Amino acid sequence: MAAQTVTRADLCEAVYQKIGLSRTESSKLVEAVLDEICDAVARGENVKLSSFGSFVVRDKGERIGRNPKTGVEVPIEPRRVMVFKPSNVMKARINGQSGEGESE
Amino acid sequence: MIKSELVQRIADQNTHLYQRDIENIVSAILDEIVKALERGDRVELRGFGAFSRKARSARIGRNPRTGDAVAVEEKFVPVFKTGKELRQRLNGKA
Repeated sequence: MAAQTVTRADLCEAVYQKIGLSRTESSKLVEAVLDEICDAVARGENVKLSSFGSFVVRDKGERIGRNPKTGVEVPIEPRRVMVFKPSNVMKARINGQSGEGESE
Repeated sequence: MIKSELVQRIADQNTHLYQRDIENIVSAILDEIVKALERGDRVELRGFGAFSRKARSARIGRNPRTGDAVAVEEKFVPVFKTGKELRQRLNGKA
């Protein structure tokens, strides 16, 4: 079973099939949802989507890195990163469990 | 921001739609992502990031409280890699 890649087009198709809006409008809404999440994270807000997971913004301090090819030390500037924490429901579903009432 | 706030924001921009529909749209999107991962597919959303899953092999874990050895089965974990554009936005570029 070769792994496929799901893209925006597939998400739009799912919205189109389930909601019954036009394809244009479905794609516009998929975009709006992703934009809102991006905007919130860019403002430094955490985004929590229940039964899915949360996008958490973290600040990383400066540290000394090394160019792995040359071995030269280079400072890595302090920066902001986003990490995704999957919910227990998502973890369970990915492992073929129902995702309901499973606490581990 | 939580899911209901996300729905509210989208609803404010799309006053011709029922809030109920927006909730369904958000759920449909999230569900589609999880379903892809269940199948073992990856989800790539340019400018946002990519979801995929990784296999973790079976191992002997330990109950941290009692120290007893327990077998942990092979499992999958979801992973997310932030997209380039979003990574830059987080740091005030672009």
